[in-house]
Amino acid sequence: MESKLLDSVNTIQTPEGVDIHLRIAGVWPRSVAWMVDLIIRGLMYALLAIIAGVLGKFGSGLMLIGFFFMEWFYPVLFEVFNKGMTPGKKFLNIQVLNSDGTPVGWSPSMLRNILRTVDFLPFFYGLGFASMLLNDKFQRLGDLAANTIVVYVNNSTGISSIPEQAAVKPAYELNLKEQQSIIRYAERSQQLSDERMQELAEILNSLDIPEHRMTKNKLLGIANGLLGRK
Amino acid sequence: MKQSEFEKKYDSFWSELENMLLADDKSTLNKRLQINDSIRLKKQHSQVAAADENFPENYRLLCHHLSLSRSRHYSPLLVERLEKLVINAHQIFYKRKTHMLVAVLIYFTSGFSQSVRKEWRWVLLSSVLFFGTFFGMLVTLQYYPDMVYTVISGEQLAQMESMYDPSQDKIGRDRNSGSDFEMFGFYIFNNTGIGLRTFASGLVFGIGSLLTLVFNGLTIGGVAGYLTYIGYSSTFWPFVSGHSAMELTAIVLSGAAGFKLGFSIISPGRKSRIRSLIDSAREAVYMMYGVAIMFIIAAFIEAYWSSMTDIPSVVKYTVGIINWVVLIAYFMLLGRQRAIR
Repeated sequence: MESKLLDSVNTIQTPEGVDIHLRIAGVWPRSVAWMVDLIIRGLMYALLAIIAGVLGKFGSGLMLIGFFFMEWFYPVLFEVFNKGMTPGKKFLNIQVLNSDGTPVGWSPSMLRNILRTVDFLPFFYGLGFASMLLNDKFQRLGDLAANTIVVYVNNSTGISSIPEQAAVKPAYELNLKEQQSIIRYAERSQQLSDERMQELAEILNSLDIPEHRMTKNKLLGIANGLLGRK
Repeated sequence: MKQSEFEKKYDSFWSELENMLLADDKSTLNKRLQINDSIRLKKQHSQVAAADENFPENYRLLCHHLSLSRSRHYSPLLVERLEKLVINAHQIFYKRKTHMLVAVLIYFTSGFSQSVRKEWRWVLLSSVLFFGTFFGMLVTLQYYPDMVYTVISGEQLAQMESMYDPSQDKIGRDRNSGSDFEMFGFYIFNNTGIGLRTFASGLVFGIGSLLTLVFNGLTIGGVAGYLTYIGYSSTFWPFVSGHSAMELTAIVLSGAAGFKLGFSIISPGRKSRIRSLIDSAREAVYMMYGVAIMFIIAAFIEAYWSSMTDIPSVVKYTVGIINWVVLIAYFMLLGRQRAIR
């Protein structure tokens, strides 16, 4: 029996019958994204105010209309037209989606942003914070009502980075988990230093398999063999 | 099939899809620009994908590949690459395609009024609360004028008094406040904001909407009652008659939409509470589109029509009454023939 790990991955089955995994973004990245947006909005408010100052009374009317749209529609426009990402969210690499993994449209986006008012209660996102901690998808009240989630954008390049090497036959038949660990190990060879790779490989020596001093190259060779390279 | 064979066989297919789907990744895009024909890449990539007649077929094949590579336990990186592709394709494939203009047209010729009629219970409750407190305060003040200080501070009252002083050249405004357009901006910012908050605060079991409606009913009734009592009727009532229909109805509807939200949690019926909330919220926000527009129309009338002082009161009252009749007819009659969406 494999024990179930505590994880923020959310699995959604598409109508085609495949599972896609979405990693839910938690309180911290969302707060930072919010702050980035706040700064951007602050700058835009300032810019509006400056323009308004030049234009006089007509300008201050324009400014108030601008404030209204910034307050209520700044997130909505970005979420609808920019793949669920306000500039702050883009910066943090997170996006808003419907909870079935499809992009948000007008209604869900409007809802979650109008209901922000309630999430903000009683002060500084008190209710929203409580709500996010109390459910497994980190949804604030606006997300719950609009049926939306905030997830990390999958940014893997997906191009296999396992260095080509002559295949090595392992000492005995490896089971599935072992195979996968070795392949994962090999895939990380670009990110880790040679020394660290060597160090990790040597952990296997504690298994005490006769005639097999494990080295980095040997493990990479096994990985190549598992992938079916010659 | 070993992984490397599988990859060799389909790599060009996946790259092709990646070209179409992952447009936002500028650096990889530029690399691919050189390989692919440039005409296609000039367009928005998601549009290209959606317009491609083979896209549904390719998408299903891609899903198949993802399933295969999972069940054959291919390397996590390959699975991740395919999954990223599937997620992107999924989002394009299931994007709702609607014609904005048609949707807006349908909304204002039938959808909006239908949704208001459908929620008549909440509209009724909201009306009773708002107009009940409004008229209650208005009538009470004619007999006990001091009651006004229970809802409005003396300072605010003095300001109101000067705004509607018959000797003013611009009615309904501060002596030193600005142009029509400036006021238009202010009314949009202030009133529409209040409406949206009235709606949102309904989520807290309807309490927020209730409080806002009663509070607004009392203060607006208080101002109206007090100004009538001190004899400013000739300036106050002609001023507010024009935009009253749009603005007061919009407040009532905001409250109604808020009640719908709150009640969906209190009494979900046979649904789970969260499902009930999601369903009701969708209908409620649908109604709020129209309400927001009503606030903006009201702001326009208030800024440009209501403030005109050289128009006889009779005309102002007539216009006000016509607005009420048209608005009520709009909600009673429009969209009865068309099936509810």
